[in-house]
This record gives sequence, C-alpha cells and structure tokens, in this order.
Amino acid sequence: MSVTARCALAAALLLAPLPALAVQPGEVMKDPALEHRAREISEGLRCLVCQNQSIDDSDAPLAKDLRLLVRDRLAKGDSNEAVRDYIVARYGEFVLLRPVFALHTLILWLTPALAVVLGLFGLWRLARRRPTAPVRHLSAAEEAEVAALLRRE
Amino acid sequence: MIVETGHFALALALALSLVQTAMPVWAARSGDPTLRQATFQAALGAFACVLFAFAALTWAHVTSDFSVQNVVENSHTQKPLIYKISGVWGNHEGSMLLWVLILTLFGACVAAARNSVPPKLRANTLGVQGLISFVFLLFIITTSNPFTRVVPAPLEGRDLNPLLQDPGLAIHPPLLYLGYVGFSISFAFAAAALIEGRIDAVWARAVRPWTLSAWCFLTLGIAMGSYWAYYELGWGGWWFWDPVENASLMPWIAGTALLHSTVVMEKRDALKVWTVLLAILTFSLSLVGTFIVRSGVLTSVHSFATDPTRGVFILAILVLFIGGSLALFAWRAPLLRQGGLFAPISREGSLVLNNLFLVAACATVFVGTLYPLLLEMLTGDKITVGPPFFNSTFVPLAIPLLLIVPFGQALAWKRGDLHAATQRLFFALALALAAGLAVLAFHSGGPWMAPVGIGLGAYLIIGSVLEIVGRARGYGARRTRAAGEIARRAIGLPRSAWGTAFAHAGVGVVVIGIAAQGWASEGLASLNPGGTLTVGPYVATLDSVAPRKGPNYEEAGAFLTIRNREGNEIGKVETGRRFYPSRQMTVTESGLLTIGASQVYASLGEVGKDGAIGLRLYYKPLVLLIWLGAVVMALGGGLSLTDRRMRVGAPAKAKGRALPASAVPAE
Repeated sequence: MSVTARCALAAALLLAPLPALAVQPGEVMKDPALEHRAREISEGLRCLVCQNQSIDDSDAPLAKDLRLLVRDRLAKGDSNEAVRDYIVARYGEFVLLRPVFALHTLILWLTPALAVVLGLFGLWRLARRRPTAPVRHLSAAEEAEVAALLRRE
Repeated sequence: MIVETGHFALALALALSLVQTAMPVWAARSGDPTLRQATFQAALGAFACVLFAFAALTWAHVTSDFSVQNVVENSHTQKPLIYKISGVWGNHEGSMLLWVLILTLFGACVAAARNSVPPKLRANTLGVQGLISFVFLLFIITTSNPFTRVVPAPLEGRDLNPLLQDPGLAIHPPLLYLGYVGFSISFAFAAAALIEGRIDAVWARAVRPWTLSAWCFLTLGIAMGSYWAYYELGWGGWWFWDPVENASLMPWIAGTALLHSTVVMEKRDALKVWTVLLAILTFSLSLVGTFIVRSGVLTSVHSFATDPTRGVFILAILVLFIGGSLALFAWRAPLLRQGGLFAPISREGSLVLNNLFLVAACATVFVGTLYPLLLEMLTGDKITVGPPFFNSTFVPLAIPLLLIVPFGQALAWKRGDLHAATQRLFFALALALAAGLAVLAFHSGGPWMAPVGIGLGAYLIIGSVLEIVGRARGYGARRTRAAGEIARRAIGLPRSAWGTAFAHAGVGVVVIGIAAQGWASEGLASLNPGGTLTVGPYVATLDSVAPRKGPNYEEAGAFLTIRNREGNEIGKVETGRRFYPSRQMTVTESGLLTIGASQVYASLGEVGKDGAIGLRLYYKPLVLLIWLGAVVMALGGGLSLTDRRMRVGAPAKAKGRALPASAVPAE
C-alpha cells in the first residue's frame, strides 16, 4: 500500500460523518449461526460509498444500513443466496466483490487460464521450430576489451 | 529565496537531463566517444540539482514557511519534526519530487559505475534514462510545482492528513519509490540493448545488480506498506487487493520474473528477447501504477487529490514510453540473436515455467484491476472486482509456481534429471507433508487451505536448506560426509547461492504467515471498565478509559490487560481514538501486543456517554511472519548483490579447495 493510501482514506473518513468502527456490538445477532452467515454474506458485499471495502470493514453509515438489512433478511428466514439476490436486485451487480461468471466477465475469469495455456502453446511452438543459432565469436576489439577488464581486476 | 533557488534548480535539472539524452546520440553520430563523458557529467549534475530542489522544499517544510502553497496545505507549526520532514513527500507534488530525486539518483549511480558497465552501454542507458527524467521534470514544473507561493501567507498551515502522521510515512514511500523507479534502469538498459541491436551475457550481468536492488527495495516497500495499513487502518487486514496495492504488486511480480530470466540469459545465453520484453514491461507497469495512483481514473480507497490535467499528462507519458519502447522492441528485437537450445527438464526449463506462472499471475492482477474500467467504458455495466476474485485466481497460480521452486534448484543446467531431483527433494516433501498433517491433527475442523499453506511453506524452507546442504556436501566423487568439511564448504559457497536460499526460504515464511491467518479470530463487545473480552487463547480486561493530549491532537485512550486462559498476565495494550482539530478528523490508533510472531490487535470504537466503549479485538497467529518473510526475501536479494559475480571480470575465488562458482558447471 502506498502513501496515497492514507490520503483518500482520509477523504472517505471526512465524508463519513463520525466514523464508527465497522461492525458494532449492537448489530451482532443473538444466534451465532445466523451471525456467522451474516458475516459470510457481508464479506462479499461492497460498501458503495467508500470503494473497495467490504461492508464488514467499512465505517460508512450506508454500510451499516446494508449490514442491518442482511441481518434483517436472515432473521426473516432467507437463504444466503436469497439475501445476496435481494441486495443485487436493489443495488446492482456493482455491490458484489466477487464478480459473477457470465458473458460480460468471461475474459476476466478466463485470463489466468488463458495466460497459462497461451504461454505453454507459445513455448511448444518455440521448442519445435527454433533453429540452432551459430555461436558468435567475439571480435578482436571485444577480445581486447575483455582482456583489459580482466587485467584491471 | 531558498525556495526560488530550488525552483530554479529544477529547471536546471530539466536542461541537464536533455543534455544527458542528447549526448549519446551525438556521440553515435559523430563517432566521437569522448562526448559520452558529457552524458555522465549531465547525469551527476541533474542529480545534484534535484537533490538541491528537494532540500529546498524540505527546508520550507521544516521552517514552516507558509508562503509556500505546498507547506500551507500539508504542514502545521505544532507538528512534530519527523512529520514535518516526512510530510515533504506526503502529498502529490512532494512525492513526485521524491520520485524524480530517486530517478536521478539511480542515473548518477549508473554514471558512476565505471567498472561494471561498458561505456557505450552505460551512455546509451543514461540517454534513455535522461529522457524519463526530462519528461517527469517537465510534468512537475508544468502541472505539479511544489514551489508555488501564496500571497498573503497564512499564519497557520492546514496540517498533514493525520493518517499520514506516522513513522510509516518516513520509510514506506522512499523504499517503494526506490523499487518502482529502480526498474527504470532495467528499462533503460533494455532500450539501450535494442538501440545497439546487441545483447549478451555482459548485458545480463550489467543489468542484474540494478534489477536486484530495485526488487529488494520494492519487496521491503510493499511489506512496509502492508504492515502500516495493518496497524493504521484499524481493521486488521494486511492486503486489500486495492488498485493502488495492485499497482505496486504488478511491477514486483514482473520484476521477480525479470530477475529469474536474466539468470537464464547470463548462464545459458537464452531468453534474450523475452528478458528485454520483461524489462520493458516491468517499468511500464511501474508507470501504469503511477497513472493509477495519480490520475484518479480508478476508484480506490487511496488516491491523491486529482486534477484532470495531471491525468492527461501522465497518460501522455505512458503512451510515449510504453508505446515507444514496444515499437522499438517490435522494430529491433528481430536483430537480437536467439541462442541456446534447451531441454524442458533442466534448470532453465523450470525457470521458464517460473516466468510463465509469474506472468500469468501478473496478467491476472492487471486484468482484474483494469477490467471494471474497460467494461464500463465499453458497455456501461458497473462491476466490482474485489478480493474474492483475486484470492480465487491468484492462489491457484501461486501454488504450482511455489511447488516448482525447489525442483528448479535441484535440476542441473542444460539437462536435468527429474528422478534424481525428486529423490533429493524426497526429504523436503516428506517433512512438509508431515508438517501439514500434524497441523491438521491439532486444528481439525479449521479451514482446509491453512494446513496446505503451512505444508507448502515448510516445503519451501526445507527445500532451501537442502539445497545449501546438498551443494556443500557435493555430488559424485566430491561428496563428503564430514560435518566440518560440509560447514567449511557451505561458508565457501558463492553468496548468490546463499541469497537464493534465503529469498526462497523467505517466500516459505510469508506463505506460512498467510496460511496461519486461517486461524485468526475476532471478538467484538461493548465494555465498561472491568469488563472482559475473549479472543483466541487470550482474555482482555478493560482497565480504564482516559483522555490524553498529544502535540497536535486529543486522544481517548483505552487501557487493556491481556491474560491467557489460565489468568496469567501476558502484557498490556493501549488503543485510542485521536481527534485532530486542525483537520477535524478522528483516527483510530490500534494497539498491538506481540507474543512470539503472533499478535493481539485491539481497536477502539466509539466511546459511549455511559463510559462504555466499543472494542474490537483480533488474535492474529504468526501474523508477523508475513512481513518478516519479506525481510528475509530482501535479505536474500542483498546477499546476492554482494556476490563477486556481480562485478564483470571478477575471477572465481581461488581459495583452498572451495567449490568453484557453481557446483554444477553452467557450460
């Protein structure tokens, strides 16, 4: 992380009225199993106003609203997927920290595999057709230079 | 007056960097090699000028000269001296000046490296580097002048962002820039090789120390930044896959690949074109990083206050250098002779695989960082590529990469024997498996990736130890069993062998530290004095909450005692929330208690009216290994730097019966 890190974080903090500290004791659900599920979901949801932070880590009031919303849906008996779908329906795909696997994210998700496969293919091609290059000998001037360097050492 | 002189020195440096670029061209055209001397002088002069400018700005900050805009915006009379100094680079203009200072410093070092780099290569390299200095100096002077005056001068400054008032700011950016900018030398060497149309083992040796030192600094800089974020930001994370972090990670990965491919080039005269391309890409990624941080094109948790003209200027710099160098590459690379056929099962074969996985990982980070931007431009869809994406794509690329590390070391150059290598590594594999299983037995029910990570880390460390022991013991007729002889030979091994072992073991240490975070735990409570909160194997008791006053802030501090489950006191921790009136900002100061390599991390939330406080507590097992491992890696790089081979023409050590430079001859 760089210097700059702290600069805009400052900006983010300035925007957020009084910064509270991420998940507050008062928000925690009574049932530990439900709380665990709530954490699982909120780790994957982005805080919409503070960029690249999960709502779990964020101090912003909107993140708090989202955390409470997640817990509210869970208390009403929604499954994890249902809660996620509900939030995506309201805030769009932008809210998911893990992008969905679909046509418009195909290149994104396939990059690692493509890079390895293309690399291997390139190596295979190279190994098949590389001609043996003749060894290039040093010119007289270069020999002299080498000798001079060796002497100095 | 000093401020104006500093401004003038910048303009002078601009002119000198132009001379630095022009002279090698002139020397080539006129055929008069003495003109090259002017390049070296210009490089030294440019460094002196930028150093003066930097000192002038520092002077303005230290003396709180509020007639300078930059000082007004980032300083305060009450601020402690260390932050007055580090505040010089805690802002866009000043950090750009530090960037160029380091750029010209590297230029001056190359100009002074008379013994290790042939003069023509040195002059051409400096010529390319001078162009980089010129463009960035132009950027500073036209869009980011740190010496702008304010009339009338205010009585008090606006103070530095409180999050930056930390010793981390004094160390982290200089280290990071030494890394980022250091790769400009590898880039300039590559461009010089393309211009000359010639590249060989001498080039590989000449460029290696620069790449290696840049890599060491970048490693330390990233680790330092990660630790700073960990304790400063208050939620205990140490890597966020934020665009700005990725911006520093990409050149690091590419630089790691470059280090390994130069070894192949030096030993086997192969991978020349690839090495040149990597050198270009590594610095290009540093430039992309600069663009990401300073243009505001990507939304990041952290970026500088942005100004569109700066973004456009940096984009133009990107196009000039990346486009220009790739065009040069396309035009001249066919001139470089390809050499060295090699078998897939050999040390160079494994180094090629290393490059393949590193480049794939780098491409993944690159695409992941820029994809949301491109997608929005093309289709208007807004998506987020967050940590879960990077974790699930980066890790599968890292695991095979780490698995081949000890294998690559165990294989010989030219033609390796996979069976023999496996036999040599059998001990490491068995021990690592045992370590993973033992951990699993103690922590059954935990995350499954954690024991795998511990096993992998152990495998890397044991593999490195075995490599040193194996080489010291010798092979075939040279093999010895006497412990004294082995120790003597181990000491006699080339420093680069030790460097490699340290660097690879350091990676293992990092992997163990990361894996152990699978067992981290967290506690959250609203506490009154006397209340307790349990986290992992420890119990924290809130002793008291008290206000305090610092030089330029007011603080609410919470004082905790940490005990183990048996009730014995382990230590005390204090955490606080600081309010900086000059900026009207509140910052959490986390409290850390280090127990071995593990830490208890306390972070204070809001203080209620009834005196109850919100407290977040984490237990982070072996977390320090993440950063200590990085230090071990950089130490390995430093050891390699002291190797005699780094100096061209250095004869192999002829001392007693010490092994020759390589136990397995390269050619």
